[in-house]
Amino acid sequence: MVTREQFETDLKKLKEDIISLSNTSVRALNKAVDTLYNQDLELARNLIDDDKAIDKQQLAINDQTILLIAKQQPVATDLRRLVIALQITTDVERMADNAKNIAKSTLHLGEDHRLTVHPKIKEIRDMAVEMNTIAMKAFEYEDISIAGKLSKMDDNVDRLYELIIKDILNETATNQEKIQYVMQMAFSARYIERFADHITNIGENILYLVKGKTYKLN
Amino acid sequence: MNTATNRKQVSIINTNEPIKEETKTIYEVDNFNLWYGDNQALYEVNMAIPMNKVTAIIGPSGCGKSTFIKALNRMVELVPSVKMNGTIKYNDKDIFSSKYKVEDLRTSVGMVFQNPNPFPKSIYENVVYGPKTHGIKKKKVLDEIAEKSLKEAALWDEVKDRLHENAFGLSGGQQQRLCIARCLAIEPDVILMDEPTSALDPISTTKIEELVQNLKKDYSITIVTHNMQQAARISDKTAFFLNGEVIEYNNTDALFSNPDDKRTEDYITGRFG
Repeated sequence: MVTREQFETDLKKLKEDIISLSNTSVRALNKAVDTLYNQDLELARNLIDDDKAIDKQQLAINDQTILLIAKQQPVATDLRRLVIALQITTDVERMADNAKNIAKSTLHLGEDHRLTVHPKIKEIRDMAVEMNTIAMKAFEYEDISIAGKLSKMDDNVDRLYELIIKDILNETATNQEKIQYVMQMAFSARYIERFADHITNIGENILYLVKGKTYKLN
Repeated sequence: MNTATNRKQVSIINTNEPIKEETKTIYEVDNFNLWYGDNQALYEVNMAIPMNKVTAIIGPSGCGKSTFIKALNRMVELVPSVKMNGTIKYNDKDIFSSKYKVEDLRTSVGMVFQNPNPFPKSIYENVVYGPKTHGIKKKKVLDEIAEKSLKEAALWDEVKDRLHENAFGLSGGQQQRLCIARCLAIEPDVILMDEPTSALDPISTTKIEELVQNLKKDYSITIVTHNMQQAARISDKTAFFLNGEVIEYNNTDALFSNPDDKRTEDYITGRFG
């Protein structure tokens, strides 16, 4: 039995690198939301700086993938594996960008405000983090039944996002002093919602990998 | 993003379009079995080969693909001890019927082999050999056939000034295109190609592949190839043979992107031995 051992090893490494990058993006999101609650401007600045390393890692994964396409001339599932590797890596990098944007919101609000960050921002973050855990499990095992769960989870994120926006607008939009707060809260909720959308895209890529057809999860 | 008020009922939607099937068929192969002595080489082959398309036959050595292509022009009969059952219809007529003349079949079905095999004659004589055998004597007509065939085979510009030189003076790739021109000179409907580029360098291979693409307007082409990328590049339909059976016969795009059978996937992704 021919197994293409080197190619298999390279594919495995590629997958590990993508999962690792995705976990880095999630760590960035966790910390970014913490900076919002803790008015931790120093950590926020560090996170913005760290994003450059994530961008660099994305390019390295892309190079690695393109080299495999050129050298191994993959077809069928192998080709889809490499094509989705490029797409998933792009989504993961954009997830990190959204985390970075939340850190920027922390900087915008500064450390002198006495406003309470909406408690549900943490909740929506935790939902996005859980989605990533599911997406990476589906990616690791190439399991479409796990990937399919993301559809409902993304709906829940969307619903909570709408609730947060509604809350913020109801309570504070008329208060001139709170305009900056309203904007940064709404932006942050939106960044997390986008973060979750990128994870949903990852789920769609896994469905494409396994089924060879395009499916929509959100 | 979906909003809560505008959420789709079905969350997983396949956005692919179904692939349209060809309608016209040049060869209809039904339950075809073939034995060399006691060894069965082909098992229950069923295939409809479409007209004016390129059909590729792929599979590992000894899978029966060359046997199959040689059955299409009855060359396989030249092997002693060959036995067959089932039918192969060419334009709705059973080619193994006692009424069917093998000469008629070979006039309509040309063949190109793995190694270029020009006759030890001039380039010109190679091309007009078939038409001459069929009784055409007028030089003007033969000249026209030679020019047309060599042009169709994308060789004319390279040889027009040395038509009467020996064909062995041509490069391997040119010799193969000469063989294609010789095949075209009898104005066949079908061209069978048995690994036509496996003895050629990449540039000559590209020229033959481009030629195949251009010829399918006027001819139905069936090509046996070991080069899977070549099958993926130039064919419209692909059949995967394994141990004398057709494992999968599908549109080339589908077969190379999302094969139905696990064995096809294993073969085309190189995980097969």
